[in-house]
Order: sequence, then structure tokens, then C-alpha cells
Amino acid sequence: MENHSALVLIELGAVFLGLGILGRLAGRIGLSPIPLYLIGGLFFGQGGFVELDGLEEFSQIASEIGVILLLLLLGLEYTAGELVTGLKQSWMAGVLDILLNFLPGAIIALVLGWGGVGALVLGGVTYISSSGIVAKVLTDLGRLGNRETPVILSLLVFEDLAMAIYLPILTTVLAGVSFAGGLQAVGISLVVVTIVLVIALRFGRTVSAIVDSKDREVFLLTLIGGALLVAGLAAAMQVSAAVGAFLLGIAISGATATNATRLLEPLRDLFAAIFFVVFGLNTDPSTIPPVLGYALLLAAITAVTKVATGWWAAKRQGVGRLGRARAGAALIARGEFSIVIAGLAVASGAITDELAALATAYVLLMAILGPIAARLAEPAMRLVLRMAPQSA
Amino acid sequence: MKVEETPLPGIGVRKDIVTASGRRIGTVTQRDGETELIVSRADDPDACLASIPLTAEEASALGNLLGSHEIVAQLTEDHRDLPGVNTRQFLIDVDSPYDGRKLGDTKMRTRTSVSLVAVLRRGQVQASPTPDFMLAAGDLLVAVGTSEGLDAAAEILSGG
Repeated sequence: MENHSALVLIELGAVFLGLGILGRLAGRIGLSPIPLYLIGGLFFGQGGFVELDGLEEFSQIASEIGVILLLLLLGLEYTAGELVTGLKQSWMAGVLDILLNFLPGAIIALVLGWGGVGALVLGGVTYISSSGIVAKVLTDLGRLGNRETPVILSLLVFEDLAMAIYLPILTTVLAGVSFAGGLQAVGISLVVVTIVLVIALRFGRTVSAIVDSKDREVFLLTLIGGALLVAGLAAAMQVSAAVGAFLLGIAISGATATNATRLLEPLRDLFAAIFFVVFGLNTDPSTIPPVLGYALLLAAITAVTKVATGWWAAKRQGVGRLGRARAGAALIARGEFSIVIAGLAVASGAITDELAALATAYVLLMAILGPIAARLAEPAMRLVLRMAPQSA
Repeated sequence: MKVEETPLPGIGVRKDIVTASGRRIGTVTQRDGETELIVSRADDPDACLASIPLTAEEASALGNLLGSHEIVAQLTEDHRDLPGVNTRQFLIDVDSPYDGRKLGDTKMRTRTSVSLVAVLRRGQVQASPTPDFMLAAGDLLVAVGTSEGLDAAAEILSGG
């Protein structure tokens, strides 16, 4: 027993140190660390260079906590008011976004013979942009004051809300529940989402006051305890643990949300990193080369469809052509949520290994391509328009 | 003049105005209170030429600089017919010896014959400040006097 825990500690330490080095490398070259974490996981998992064992139990639960924290912080980022106005302003662009970006994934899954469940999973993977990567790129490139930025952000808000409906559907379908059961879960989640939005709009202060505490330790325990409890209850109701955490995040607002974000961010980064590594660990790298062609094809198609979505949405807001190109390219990055979707599917065992491999390869490509495209969109567009950049 | 307020979900608020010359200028205030000054590009009004992070102190000093424009213009106009009388503005620096001290401590009138006619703080004007007015870094003083007197006043305010 002594030896076992010593081994686990050594392995865990090595994994974290490795991730730290990868994260530093990513920061140095201005990349999102997500693809590097995935690659790190691929190296050490089944079929990789070194196989780690004894870590399964811990890493499994830690990666689940990672997903819950990812979604909790996503919910904390938005106020209910922002969600409602975002929904009102961007629903047309949001619907176009779903059509253009869900369909390519779904169609490829059907073509490859992975059936309806596979189509639902891969469609979700190609649909959702990475709010984390996109927000970081916008900040890094100094585009927060740009006119197209609110367009991009409200599309992200729409996508994140769509996730709150999509994830419960996905979890019920993956659990193999009947059609009626699926409808019931969707009904429950719609009702729950609405109730939470109403509570957050009307009584956001009360909820925040209950969670809030001046004592950091008490605050942290209340938050994490609340999040895990809500997530667990949601999972028991087939509504998906992640959605429960997301909704709790929305209900907390104002200064409490700001403090909670500050406190939880490092924890989320730690556990989310484990989540990406575990996903990589569970993917056999030898399954990737056969699906690489499809991943490239899907990447090319969905890069174009995201640009089209952003272009159209920005045009509707009266943004010029350069801004439309920037808006479209900024949305290309896929990341954490695509992996959350694929991770749920893999954990359920309802999809083939090939689909997991395709999703991994796809996210690797898109998480790297996204920030690069966001940077290059403007010079490329100027070239097309034969416009020289002016300094003032 | 219409200040347009645009929510940036998950990030903060953008507030900007479109100038007569067609440029967009304003601020982006992030959730954590961090403020950026934004200036749009001339060839692409959707994009920003610069977004400059400002501390609370810098933002209020900038507000004062811009806000004082009118009052100084007004005073200069008033003194136009009086040769040798000038209007000038002085910013109280963080390292000014008078940061946190009374206006009276400068003994400005006795030492330079210069009159301090107004103090601007966070966009607000304090006209004819009394000697017990407490100065703070970021304050902008509007002074009237001869140009030699004003030069001496500048030295006093920065060096003591």
C-alpha cells in the first residue's frame, strides 16, 4: 500500500511538472495550452510511449471535477441579464451558427457510418467554439474595443446557452434512454434553465448572499460543495452534471461572482488540465493517423463555416469587411467544450474509438489553427482588398 | 453628444463616442475594474489603433486634462486684453511634495503672485479653492499669473 501511494505521487508529480513545462512552452509561443495537454496525454496513455497505471481512479474523478469547474466558471462569467439580452440580439446569428457548424460534423459522422448518436456527438464537437481561446485571443490582440467584438461575444453567449440544452440531450441519448425518456430530460432541462434564469434575474443577490462569505476558506468550501452537489443532483436527474454547475454559476452574480472567479480560476486550471490529459490518455495515438484525413477535411470545412457565421453576424451589425473577416476568424477555435462533449461520449462507451480519435485530432487542429487564423484574417483581407495598412 | 454604451458579455462594458472627424474614442472597462483607453483606426473605424491600459489615477488625470480644456480656454479668452497675464494648468504628480497636503501649504500667492483659480478632480471643477483645500495626486490646478510667476509655480508644485 505504501509503495502504491508513493508510485501514484511520483507519477502525478511527473504529470503536473510535464504539464507545467508544456504550459510555459505554449505561453512562450502564444498558443493555447489545450492542444499541448492533449498531446501530453496521448504520449503517456494506452499505446503511447509510457503507460501510467495506478492513476486511473484519481485522474478520473479529477477530470470530472475539471469539467464541473470549467462550466461553473463559464456560468460565473455571465450575468443572467447578459444571457437574456445576448439571446435576444443574436438568436438569428445563433441559429445560423448551429446550422452551419453542427451539420458538417453530423454529416461526416453519418457518412462514416457512426449513426445518429455519432452524428449528435460529432456535430456538437464541430459546433461549439472555445470561449476560453476566443476571449483570450481577443484580449491578446487588443480587440476588446473593436466594433465586431460584441458580435463575437454574443455568439459565444448563445453557444454556451445552447450547450445547456444540448448536454442534457446528449447525456440521455448516450445513456441509451428511450425517445420518450429523452424528451422528458429535454423538458426538465428547459424548465430548469428557465427557472434558474428567472431566479438569477430576480433573486441573484439573495443567491449570491447565501454563497458569499468574507472568510476565504468558508467561501471556497461553500462554492465547491454547492457546485458538486448541484452537479451530482443534475446528473442523477439525467440533466448532465456540467449543466448543473453552469446554471449555478449563472445564479451567482455581482461581486460574489468576481470573487468566486478569482478564487476558483487556479483550481479550474489545475483540474481542467487533468481533464485534457485524461482525455489524451484514453485515446490510443495509433488510432489518429487513419482519421487524420477526415479531421483535416472537417477542419477546413468548419473553419469556412465559422468564418461565414461571424461574417454574416458582423455584417448585420454594420461592421465593415475587415471587421467581418476578424469576427469570422476569431470564432474558428474549438477547444475545451468540444473535448467535454467527446469526453462524455467516450465515458459512456456509446461511441467508437475512431470517433474519439477524430474528435481529438480535430480539436488539436482547431485549437492551434484558431488563434493563428484570428491573427492572419486582417492582413489576408487587406491583401484581398489591396489595402495597405495605415498606421493612423 | 451621445455616449454609446455596449455590453461585452463576460468581459465588461465599452463606452465610446464618435467624433466629428469620424474617429471612435472611448473606454473599455473590464469586470475587475481595469480600464483601457481606446482609439479607433482612421482607415478601419471598427478596429482600434490602440487600447491603452490606464490605472484609476491615470484615467482621472486624463479626464482632468480633457475637462480643463474648456475652463482654460475660457480664462485665456478673459485675459486676452490684459498683456502679461497668462493661464496655465499644473498636474499634481504622485511624487509632488503637495500630494495629500493643504493648498495653503504651497504659499503660492506670497511666493509667486500666481492665483490658483480652480482645481479639477475626476472631471469635477472646484472653483476658487480655499487655502485648506487638500491636494491629491491627479488633481489639475488652473493658475493665472505672469509667465515668470507661472514658471516659479511649476517648480514649487513639482519640487517644493
